[in-house]
Amino acid sequence: MLRQAIENLGARTIDAVWRIGFATRFFAATLLHSGTAFRRFGLTVRELYFTGVLSLIIILVSGLFVGMVLGLQGYETLQTYGSEEALGILVALSLVRELGPVVAALLFASRAGSAITAEIGLMKATEQLSAMEMMAVDPIARVVAPRFWAGVISMPLLAALFSAMGVFGGYLVGVQLIGVDEGAFWSQMQSAVDFEQDILNGVIKSVVFGVAITAIALFEGYDAPPTAEGVSRATTRTVVTSSLAVLALDFVLTAFMFRGSN
Amino acid sequence: MNKTVLDLWVGLFVIAGIVALLFLALKVGSMSAVSASDTYEVVARFDNVGGLKPRAPVKSAGVVVGRVGEIRFDNESYEAAVTLRLDKRYAFPKDSSAAIMTSGLLGEQYIGLEAGGDSATLKDKDRIAITQDAVVLENLIGHFLYGKAQEGAPQ
Repeated sequence: MLRQAIENLGARTIDAVWRIGFATRFFAATLLHSGTAFRRFGLTVRELYFTGVLSLIIILVSGLFVGMVLGLQGYETLQTYGSEEALGILVALSLVRELGPVVAALLFASRAGSAITAEIGLMKATEQLSAMEMMAVDPIARVVAPRFWAGVISMPLLAALFSAMGVFGGYLVGVQLIGVDEGAFWSQMQSAVDFEQDILNGVIKSVVFGVAITAIALFEGYDAPPTAEGVSRATTRTVVTSSLAVLALDFVLTAFMFRGSN
Repeated sequence: MNKTVLDLWVGLFVIAGIVALLFLALKVGSMSAVSASDTYEVVARFDNVGGLKPRAPVKSAGVVVGRVGEIRFDNESYEAAVTLRLDKRYAFPKDSSAAIMTSGLLGEQYIGLEAGGDSATLKDKDRIAITQDAVVLENLIGHFLYGKAQEGAPQ
Protein backbone atom coordinates (compact mmCIF):
# COMPACT_ATOMS: atom_id res chain seq x y z
CA MET A 1 0.00 0.00 0.00
CA LEU A 2 2.64 2.49 1.18
CA ARG A 3 5.10 1.16 -1.37
CA GLN A 4 2.53 1.59 -4.11
CA ALA A 5 1.86 5.21 -3.03
CA ILE A 6 5.58 6.04 -3.04
CA GLU A 7 5.98 4.40 -6.46
CA ASN A 8 3.04 6.42 -7.82
CA LEU A 9 4.49 9.64 -6.41
CA GLY A 10 7.85 8.87 -7.96
CA ALA A 11 6.30 8.05 -11.34
CA ARG A 12 4.27 11.26 -11.30
CA THR A 13 7.32 13.34 -10.36
CA ILE A 14 9.39 11.82 -13.16
CA ASP A 15 6.47 12.37 -15.56
CA ALA A 16 6.16 16.04 -14.48
CA VAL A 17 9.90 16.64 -14.92
CA TRP A 18 9.78 14.93 -18.33
CA ARG A 19 6.87 17.13 -19.39
CA ILE A 20 8.69 20.30 -18.28
CA GLY A 21 11.76 19.26 -20.27
CA PHE A 22 9.69 18.36 -23.34
CA ALA A 23 7.69 21.61 -23.04
CA THR A 24 10.90 23.67 -22.93
CA ARG A 25 12.33 21.86 -25.96
CA PHE A 26 9.01 22.23 -27.77
CA PHE A 27 8.81 25.97 -27.00
CA ALA A 28 12.43 26.50 -28.11
CA ALA A 29 11.75 24.60 -31.36
CA THR A 30 8.65 26.73 -31.99
CA LEU A 31 10.69 29.92 -31.56
CA LEU A 32 13.47 28.54 -33.78
CA HIS A 33 10.98 27.74 -36.55
CA SER A 34 9.21 31.11 -36.24
CA GLY A 35 10.84 32.18 -39.50
CA THR A 36 8.43 29.91 -41.40
CA ALA A 37 5.44 31.65 -39.77
CA PHE A 38 6.61 34.96 -41.22
CA ARG A 39 8.10 33.70 -44.52
CA ARG A 40 4.88 31.88 -45.36
CA PHE A 41 2.66 34.51 -43.80
CA GLY A 42 -0.42 33.04 -45.50
CA LEU A 43 -0.31 30.19 -42.99
CA THR A 44 -0.29 32.64 -40.08
CA VAL A 45 -3.10 34.72 -41.64
CA ARG A 46 -5.22 31.58 -41.90
CA GLU A 47 -4.63 30.86 -38.21
CA LEU A 48 -5.29 34.53 -37.34
CA TYR A 49 -8.74 33.99 -38.83
CA PHE A 50 -9.39 30.92 -36.68
CA THR A 51 -7.97 32.28 -33.41
CA GLY A 52 -8.72 35.99 -33.75
CA VAL A 53 -11.65 36.64 -36.06
CA LEU A 54 -13.72 33.70 -34.82
CA SER A 55 -13.18 34.82 -31.19
CA LEU A 56 -14.40 38.34 -31.98
CA ILE A 57 -18.10 37.84 -31.23
CA ILE A 58 -17.63 36.40 -27.74
CA ILE A 59 -14.99 39.06 -26.92
CA LEU A 60 -17.08 42.01 -28.15
CA VAL A 61 -20.34 40.89 -26.51
CA SER A 62 -18.60 40.03 -23.21
CA GLY A 63 -16.72 43.35 -23.24
CA LEU A 64 -19.93 45.29 -23.75
CA PHE A 65 -21.72 43.52 -20.91
CA VAL A 66 -18.76 43.71 -18.51
CA GLY A 67 -18.56 47.48 -19.18
CA MET A 68 -22.30 47.87 -18.64
CA VAL A 69 -22.17 45.98 -15.34
CA LEU A 70 -19.19 48.11 -14.25
CA GLY A 71 -21.19 51.23 -15.10
CA LEU A 72 -24.15 50.08 -13.02
CA GLN A 73 -22.21 48.79 -10.02
CA GLY A 74 -19.76 51.69 -10.11
CA TYR A 75 -22.57 54.21 -10.12
CA GLU A 76 -24.28 52.49 -7.18
CA THR A 77 -21.11 52.71 -5.10
CA LEU A 78 -19.92 56.15 -6.20
CA GLN A 79 -23.24 57.91 -5.66
CA THR A 80 -22.96 57.05 -1.94
CA TYR A 81 -19.99 59.45 -1.84
CA GLY A 82 -21.49 61.96 -4.25
CA SER A 83 -18.76 61.39 -6.83
CA GLU A 84 -20.66 59.93 -9.79
CA GLU A 85 -18.36 61.85 -12.16
CA ALA A 86 -15.55 59.47 -11.23
CA LEU A 87 -17.49 56.67 -12.97
CA GLY A 88 -15.38 57.16 -16.10
CA ILE A 89 -12.16 56.57 -14.12
CA LEU A 90 -13.57 53.46 -12.45
CA VAL A 91 -14.78 51.90 -15.68
CA ALA A 92 -11.67 52.76 -17.73
CA LEU A 93 -9.03 51.83 -15.15
CA SER A 94 -10.68 48.52 -14.22
CA LEU A 95 -10.97 47.58 -17.88
CA VAL A 96 -7.63 48.78 -19.22
CA ARG A 97 -5.53 47.57 -16.30
CA GLU A 98 -7.20 44.31 -15.32
CA LEU A 99 -10.48 43.13 -16.78
CA GLY A 100 -9.62 43.80 -20.41
CA PRO A 101 -6.43 41.71 -20.58
CA VAL A 102 -7.50 39.06 -18.03
CA VAL A 103 -11.13 38.36 -19.02
CA ALA A 104 -10.24 38.52 -22.73
CA ALA A 105 -7.41 36.03 -22.04
CA LEU A 106 -9.72 33.67 -20.15
CA LEU A 107 -12.25 33.80 -22.99
CA PHE A 108 -9.44 33.35 -25.52
CA ALA A 109 -8.18 30.30 -23.62
CA SER A 110 -11.61 28.69 -23.67
CA ARG A 111 -12.49 29.64 -27.25
CA ALA A 112 -9.24 29.56 -29.22
CA GLY A 113 -6.91 27.61 -26.88
CA SER A 114 -9.22 24.61 -26.66
CA ALA A 115 -9.74 24.66 -30.44
CA ILE A 116 -5.97 24.66 -31.07
CA THR A 117 -5.42 21.72 -28.72
CA ALA A 118 -8.32 19.73 -30.18
CA GLU A 119 -7.14 20.37 -33.74
CA ILE A 120 -3.52 19.39 -33.13
CA GLY A 121 -4.54 16.45 -30.94
CA LEU A 122 -6.78 15.19 -33.70
CA MET A 123 -4.04 15.72 -36.30
CA LYS A 124 -1.83 13.56 -34.11
CA ALA A 125 -4.53 10.91 -33.61
CA THR A 126 -5.14 10.66 -37.37
CA GLU A 127 -1.37 10.51 -37.93
CA GLN A 128 -1.28 13.65 -40.04
CA LEU A 129 1.76 14.89 -38.11
CA SER A 130 3.63 11.62 -38.74
CA ALA A 131 2.67 11.84 -42.40
CA MET A 132 4.19 15.31 -42.59
CA GLU A 133 7.41 14.02 -41.05
CA MET A 134 7.43 11.21 -43.63
CA MET A 135 7.28 13.85 -46.35
CA ALA A 136 10.18 15.72 -44.72
CA VAL A 137 7.89 18.56 -43.61
CA ASP A 138 8.61 19.66 -40.06
CA PRO A 139 5.22 19.77 -38.26
CA ILE A 140 6.54 22.34 -35.79
CA ALA A 141 7.39 24.74 -38.63
CA ARG A 142 4.27 23.97 -40.68
CA VAL A 143 1.60 23.52 -37.98
CA VAL A 144 2.82 24.84 -34.62
CA ALA A 145 4.75 28.06 -35.36
CA PRO A 146 1.99 29.79 -37.44
CA ARG A 147 -0.59 28.98 -34.75
CA PHE A 148 1.74 30.29 -32.04
CA TRP A 149 2.32 33.63 -33.75
CA ALA A 150 -1.35 33.98 -34.69
CA GLY A 151 -2.24 33.62 -31.00
CA VAL A 152 0.44 36.08 -29.90
CA ILE A 153 -0.72 38.67 -32.47
CA SER A 154 -4.45 38.29 -31.91
CA MET A 155 -4.45 38.35 -28.09
CA PRO A 156 -3.51 42.08 -27.61
CA LEU A 157 -5.90 43.08 -30.40
CA LEU A 158 -8.73 41.14 -28.76
CA ALA A 159 -7.90 42.61 -25.33
CA ALA A 160 -7.93 46.16 -26.79
CA LEU A 161 -11.28 45.48 -28.46
CA PHE A 162 -12.63 44.09 -25.18
CA SER A 163 -11.52 47.21 -23.24
CA ALA A 164 -12.84 49.60 -25.90
CA MET A 165 -16.21 47.82 -25.96
CA GLY A 166 -16.25 47.85 -22.15
CA VAL A 167 -15.65 51.61 -22.01
CA PHE A 168 -18.46 52.03 -24.54
CA GLY A 169 -20.74 49.81 -22.40
CA GLY A 170 -19.90 51.89 -19.30
CA TYR A 171 -20.66 55.05 -21.28
CA LEU A 172 -24.00 53.63 -22.49
CA VAL A 173 -25.16 52.77 -18.97
CA GLY A 174 -23.52 55.62 -17.04
CA VAL A 175 -24.11 58.55 -19.38
CA GLN A 176 -27.01 57.54 -21.65
CA LEU A 177 -29.08 55.47 -19.22
CA ILE A 178 -28.38 56.91 -15.75
CA GLY A 179 -27.46 60.46 -16.74
CA VAL A 180 -23.92 61.07 -15.46
CA ASP A 181 -22.51 64.24 -17.05
CA GLU A 182 -20.87 63.28 -20.36
CA GLY A 183 -18.08 65.87 -20.22
CA ALA A 184 -17.10 64.89 -16.68
CA PHE A 185 -17.19 61.19 -17.62
CA TRP A 186 -14.63 61.58 -20.42
CA SER A 187 -12.46 64.33 -18.93
CA GLN A 188 -12.05 62.60 -15.55
CA MET A 189 -11.21 59.40 -17.40
CA GLN A 190 -8.58 61.13 -19.54
CA SER A 191 -6.97 62.85 -16.58
CA ALA A 192 -6.65 59.61 -14.60
CA VAL A 193 -5.72 57.03 -17.25
CA ASP A 194 -2.06 57.22 -18.16
CA PHE A 195 -0.94 55.96 -21.56
CA GLU A 196 2.30 54.30 -20.49
CA GLN A 197 1.35 53.21 -17.00
CA ASP A 198 -2.11 51.86 -17.73
CA ILE A 199 -2.74 51.27 -21.44
CA LEU A 200 0.74 50.13 -22.49
CA ASN A 201 1.08 47.88 -19.45
CA GLY A 202 -2.31 46.36 -20.28
CA VAL A 203 -1.08 45.63 -23.81
CA ILE A 204 2.16 44.06 -22.46
CA LYS A 205 0.05 41.89 -20.13
CA SER A 206 -2.11 40.67 -22.98
CA VAL A 207 0.95 39.81 -25.11
CA VAL A 208 2.36 37.73 -22.22
CA PHE A 209 -1.03 36.01 -21.80
CA GLY A 210 -1.14 35.36 -25.54
CA VAL A 211 2.28 33.66 -25.42
CA ALA A 212 1.31 31.59 -22.36
CA ILE A 213 -2.11 30.44 -23.61
CA THR A 214 -0.99 29.58 -27.14
CA ALA A 215 2.16 27.79 -25.94
CA ILE A 216 0.13 25.72 -23.43
CA ALA A 217 -2.59 24.93 -26.01
CA LEU A 218 -0.04 23.85 -28.64
CA PHE A 219 1.97 21.76 -26.20
CA GLU A 220 -1.10 19.99 -24.80
CA GLY A 221 -2.29 19.22 -28.32
CA TYR A 222 1.14 17.95 -29.41
CA ASP A 223 1.55 15.88 -26.24
CA ALA A 224 -2.02 14.45 -26.24
CA PRO A 225 -2.35 10.65 -26.34
CA PRO A 226 -3.69 9.84 -29.83
CA THR A 227 -7.09 8.62 -28.63
CA ALA A 228 -10.50 10.27 -28.31
CA GLU A 229 -10.17 10.29 -24.53
CA GLY A 230 -6.62 11.63 -24.70
CA VAL A 231 -7.62 14.54 -26.94
CA SER A 232 -10.64 15.41 -24.79
CA ARG A 233 -8.48 15.35 -21.64
CA ALA A 234 -5.82 17.49 -23.30
CA THR A 235 -8.48 20.04 -24.32
CA THR A 236 -9.77 20.26 -20.76
CA ARG A 237 -6.23 20.53 -19.44
CA THR A 238 -5.53 23.42 -21.83
CA VAL A 239 -8.45 25.45 -20.49
CA VAL A 240 -7.64 24.70 -16.83
CA THR A 241 -3.87 25.19 -17.08
CA SER A 242 -3.97 28.30 -19.25
CA SER A 243 -6.68 29.94 -17.11
CA LEU A 244 -4.62 29.33 -13.97
CA ALA A 245 -1.47 30.52 -15.76
CA VAL A 246 -3.25 33.73 -16.81
CA LEU A 247 -4.37 34.48 -13.25
CA ALA A 248 -0.97 33.69 -11.74
CA LEU A 249 0.90 35.70 -14.41
CA ASP A 250 -1.53 38.57 -13.88
CA PHE A 251 -0.63 38.71 -10.21
CA VAL A 252 3.11 38.68 -10.93
CA LEU A 253 2.87 41.26 -13.75
CA THR A 254 0.62 43.58 -11.71
CA ALA A 255 3.03 43.40 -8.77
CA PHE A 256 5.88 44.46 -11.10
CA MET A 257 4.04 47.07 -13.13
CA PHE A 258 1.96 48.98 -10.62
CA ARG A 259 4.23 48.74 -7.59
CA GLY A 260 5.46 52.32 -7.85
CA SER A 261 2.13 53.96 -8.57
CA ASN A 262 0.24 53.05 -5.39
CA MET B 1 -13.35 29.31 -47.71
CA ASN B 2 -12.01 31.56 -50.45
CA LYS B 3 -8.60 32.86 -49.51
CA THR B 4 -9.38 36.49 -50.34
CA VAL B 5 -12.45 36.47 -48.11
CA LEU B 6 -10.32 35.06 -45.30
CA ASP B 7 -7.70 37.75 -45.87
CA LEU B 8 -10.42 40.39 -45.83
CA TRP B 9 -11.73 39.20 -42.46
CA VAL B 10 -8.25 39.08 -40.94
CA GLY B 11 -7.52 42.55 -42.32
CA LEU B 12 -10.73 43.89 -40.81
CA PHE B 13 -9.86 42.24 -37.49
CA VAL B 14 -6.37 43.77 -37.38
CA ILE B 15 -7.72 47.21 -38.34
CA ALA B 16 -10.46 46.97 -35.67
CA GLY B 17 -7.84 46.01 -33.07
CA ILE B 18 -5.59 48.92 -33.99
CA VAL B 19 -8.57 51.32 -33.96
CA ALA B 20 -9.47 50.02 -30.48
CA LEU B 21 -5.89 50.64 -29.32
CA LEU B 22 -5.98 54.16 -30.77
CA PHE B 23 -9.35 54.77 -29.10
CA LEU B 24 -7.87 53.68 -25.77
CA ALA B 25 -4.77 55.84 -26.27
CA LEU B 26 -6.47 59.02 -27.46
CA LYS B 27 -9.99 59.00 -26.03
CA VAL B 28 -9.55 57.02 -22.79
CA GLY B 29 -5.91 57.74 -21.93
CA SER B 30 -3.99 60.92 -21.45
CA MET B 31 -1.67 60.50 -24.43
CA SER B 32 -3.04 63.69 -25.93
CA ALA B 33 -2.06 65.68 -22.84
CA VAL B 34 1.64 66.29 -22.23
CA SER B 35 4.04 63.94 -24.01
CA ALA B 36 7.40 63.14 -22.47
CA SER B 37 9.50 64.16 -25.47
CA ASP B 38 9.08 67.93 -25.71
CA THR B 39 9.57 68.90 -22.09
CA TYR B 40 12.19 70.65 -19.98
CA GLU B 41 13.02 69.81 -16.38
CA VAL B 42 13.16 72.12 -13.41
CA VAL B 43 13.76 71.15 -9.79
CA ALA B 44 11.80 72.36 -6.79
CA ARG B 45 12.77 71.53 -3.20
CA PHE B 46 10.20 71.02 -0.47
CA ASP B 47 10.46 70.28 3.26
CA ASN B 48 7.45 68.02 2.96
CA VAL B 49 5.84 66.68 -0.22
CA GLY B 50 2.94 64.98 1.59
CA GLY B 51 1.30 62.44 -0.69
CA LEU B 52 2.66 63.82 -3.99
CA LYS B 53 3.37 61.03 -6.50
CA PRO B 54 5.40 60.82 -9.70
CA ARG B 55 3.28 61.72 -12.79
CA ALA B 56 1.02 63.99 -10.74
CA PRO B 57 -0.03 67.04 -12.78
CA VAL B 58 1.74 70.40 -12.62
CA LYS B 59 -0.90 73.09 -13.09
CA SER B 60 -0.72 76.79 -13.66
CA ALA B 61 -3.94 78.82 -13.64
CA GLY B 62 -5.74 75.47 -13.50
CA VAL B 63 -4.23 74.24 -16.78
CA VAL B 64 -1.97 71.16 -16.84
CA VAL B 65 1.44 72.45 -18.00
CA GLY B 66 3.55 69.42 -17.07
CA ARG B 67 3.96 66.36 -14.91
CA VAL B 68 5.95 65.52 -11.81
CA GLY B 69 9.00 63.44 -12.70
CA GLU B 70 11.25 61.99 -10.05
CA ILE B 71 10.80 62.63 -6.33
CA ARG B 72 13.92 61.94 -4.26
CA PHE B 73 15.38 62.73 -0.88
CA ASP B 74 18.39 65.07 -0.86
CA ASN B 75 20.97 63.69 1.56
CA GLU B 76 22.68 67.04 2.09
CA SER B 77 19.82 69.47 2.59
CA TYR B 78 17.42 66.85 4.02
CA GLU B 79 14.72 68.09 1.68
CA ALA B 80 12.65 66.43 -1.00
CA ALA B 81 13.86 67.31 -4.51
CA VAL B 82 11.00 67.14 -7.00
CA THR B 83 11.72 67.20 -10.74
CA LEU B 84 9.01 68.95 -12.74
CA ARG B 85 8.74 68.11 -16.45
CA LEU B 86 7.19 71.19 -18.01
CA ASP B 87 5.86 71.38 -21.55
CA LYS B 88 8.20 73.35 -23.86
CA ARG B 89 5.21 75.34 -25.12
CA TYR B 90 5.02 77.10 -21.75
CA ALA B 91 7.72 79.40 -20.38
CA PHE B 92 7.66 80.63 -16.80
CA PRO B 93 9.52 83.54 -15.18
CA LYS B 94 12.59 82.64 -13.10
CA ASP B 95 10.97 83.78 -9.85
CA SER B 96 7.87 81.61 -10.26
CA SER B 97 6.73 79.74 -7.16
CA ALA B 98 5.60 76.14 -6.76
CA ALA B 99 3.12 74.93 -4.15
CA ILE B 100 1.80 71.46 -3.41
CA MET B 101 -1.99 71.61 -3.53
CA THR B 102 -4.81 69.12 -3.14
CA SER B 103 -7.61 68.90 -5.67
CA GLY B 104 -10.90 68.88 -3.80
CA LEU B 105 -11.07 67.97 -0.13
CA LEU B 106 -9.61 64.49 -0.41
CA GLY B 107 -8.40 64.42 -4.04
CA GLU B 108 -4.93 63.73 -5.39
CA GLN B 109 -2.08 66.16 -4.83
CA TYR B 110 -0.64 68.26 -7.61
CA ILE B 111 1.84 71.11 -8.01
CA GLY B 112 0.47 74.58 -8.53
CA LEU B 113 2.88 76.85 -10.40
CA GLU B 114 2.41 80.58 -9.93
CA ALA B 115 4.17 82.87 -12.41
CA GLY B 116 6.44 85.60 -10.99
CA GLY B 117 7.48 88.92 -12.55
CA ASP B 118 11.04 88.27 -13.75
CA SER B 119 11.76 88.85 -17.45
CA ALA B 120 14.16 85.87 -17.59
CA THR B 121 12.46 82.49 -17.92
CA LEU B 122 13.15 79.09 -16.37
CA LYS B 123 15.51 76.92 -18.39
CA ASP B 124 16.27 73.19 -18.33
CA LYS B 125 17.79 72.05 -14.97
CA ASP B 126 16.94 75.38 -13.28
CA ARG B 127 15.69 75.46 -9.73
CA ILE B 128 12.47 77.02 -8.45
CA ALA B 129 13.48 78.95 -5.35
CA ILE B 130 10.12 79.81 -3.83
CA THR B 131 8.16 76.74 -2.75
CA GLN B 132 5.30 75.99 -0.44
CA ASP B 133 5.04 72.59 1.26
CA ALA B 134 2.06 70.28 1.27
CA VAL B 135 -0.44 71.01 3.99
CA VAL B 136 -0.25 68.26 6.58
CA LEU B 137 -3.62 67.97 8.27
CA GLU B 138 -2.14 66.82 11.60
CA ASN B 139 0.14 69.92 11.77
CA LEU B 140 -2.79 72.19 10.92
CA ILE B 141 -4.95 70.72 13.68
CA GLY B 142 -1.96 70.91 16.01
CA HIS B 143 -1.49 74.62 15.29
CA PHE B 144 -5.21 75.28 15.70
CA LEU B 145 -5.36 73.51 19.09
CA TYR B 146 -2.16 75.25 20.24
CA GLY B 147 -3.65 78.61 19.25
CA LYS B 148 -6.89 77.88 21.07
CA ALA B 149 -4.95 76.85 24.18
CA GLN B 150 -2.93 80.08 24.03
CA GLU B 151 -6.14 82.14 23.77
CA GLY B 152 -7.62 80.47 26.84
CA ALA B 153 -4.43 80.73 28.95
CA PRO B 154 -4.46 83.29 31.84
CA GLN B 155 -2.42 86.43 31.03
